[in-house]
Amino acid sequence: MLQITVVDYGSGNVLSAQKSFIKVANDNNLSVKVLISKDLNEIKNSSHVVLPGQGAFSTCMSGLNNTPGLVEALYEFAIIKQKPFLGICVGMQMLAKDSEENGFHKGLGWIDGHIKALPKKDLKLPHMGWNIVSPTNKNKLVTMSQDYYFVHSYYFECQKKENILAESLYGINFTSIVGKENIYGVQFHPEKSSSQGLKLLKNFLI
Amino acid sequence: MVKVRIIPCLDVKDGRVVKGINFIDLVDAGDPVEQAKHYSENGADEICFLDISASLEKRNTMVQVVEKTANEVFIPLTVGGGISSIDNIHSLLKAGADKTSINSAAINNPEIVKKASEYFGNQCIVVAVDAKKMNNDWYVFSHGGTKNTGLLALEWIEKVQKFGAGEILLTSMDKDGTKSGFDLELLKAVSNILEIPLIASGGVGSLKHFYEGVNTGKANALLAASVFHFNEISIKEVKEYLFNKNIEIRL
Repeated sequence: MLQITVVDYGSGNVLSAQKSFIKVANDNNLSVKVLISKDLNEIKNSSHVVLPGQGAFSTCMSGLNNTPGLVEALYEFAIIKQKPFLGICVGMQMLAKDSEENGFHKGLGWIDGHIKALPKKDLKLPHMGWNIVSPTNKNKLVTMSQDYYFVHSYYFECQKKENILAESLYGINFTSIVGKENIYGVQFHPEKSSSQGLKLLKNFLI
Repeated sequence: MVKVRIIPCLDVKDGRVVKGINFIDLVDAGDPVEQAKHYSENGADEICFLDISASLEKRNTMVQVVEKTANEVFIPLTVGGGISSIDNIHSLLKAGADKTSINSAAINNPEIVKKASEYFGNQCIVVAVDAKKMNNDWYVFSHGGTKNTGLLALEWIEKVQKFGAGEILLTSMDKDGTKSGFDLELLKAVSNILEIPLIASGGVGSLKHFYEGVNTGKANALLAASVFHFNEISIKEVKEYLFNKNIEIRL
């Protein structure tokens, strides 16, 4: 049986992530337990870990850092044991080295890159709504260009081309999926992206 | 580029949908969960629930409706109507709503916009504005569009934008229910001063009106109720129409 833990550190719509994985499991006859937890043992015992994130980068990072042992447990899971890890929205951004949102804040630094503000130009911010995600490197999450639901004002400026799995366009081309071996991050919300979003979550699981 | 969003809005009273006909695939047309699911499967980009329950007690049933909806609908859900406090917002978001739309509460105390967007992030705070033209100016109305607050709509919208609103849901009280099209002048004027997305509402009655809302009014999203509920126009028709007019849309 798979055990997915949606990391509960006081941010984000963790419930939506949990419910979408339950839906994926039911639709595909998968035996899955989906937890919302920050229990270090539960994380250790998981087959998959999902890191959601909503709101400001610094608030999310403090949320992680303020739970003793949490960052270390996630590091052990994703980097040392190399088990499947998915960051969503700010959960994706926290994989970067740092962010310029409201100052300068350190991230987890698992994937080389910085979080920068989307250029304003004549566009409305946040970048909110459905936009095309186009794969740039072969990956297990998405195989073709499709629309997914975005809500963000900052983006992941990826330093290594091989970590850019997909791009989207909003004023500039930006990285909408990052990946490094077992670690994935999506800027958009698969849990809010209808059937193609659920498909992506399924691809992450199996 | 980002697509124009089409948002059906459901009026929910005491946990039941009050307007609308029975779509063929629905067992219970009064069930907001079934209605939301139907729209999601038929191309809606988001769903909006407007709670029109008369009492606070009945309004608490909305939290349960949201919870049930989140089990089955996997597109963004906005909930508005009668939200009066940070606690209300918190319980709706916790139940699975993605955004909350506040109206009177913001008029009574604009600080709630600031607080809520700081606590929850501005992406989940929609400020709903009901505007009506009087003596060549648009004024903000409250109490379902019956009471003039004396606030100038454009000034008010700039203020809530500054206070951290993530989106503006703008309803023209002059056009609402008329099916004569959006108030394009109002939309243009508001769109001009906004750095955040604009959702247009009130007056849509034909496919052409949707196009005008985007093309002339510069709205980023279009909200409609009765044309969808009474099956006069389907979301698919709107989307195909806009697509053929070269508007970026998710088909």
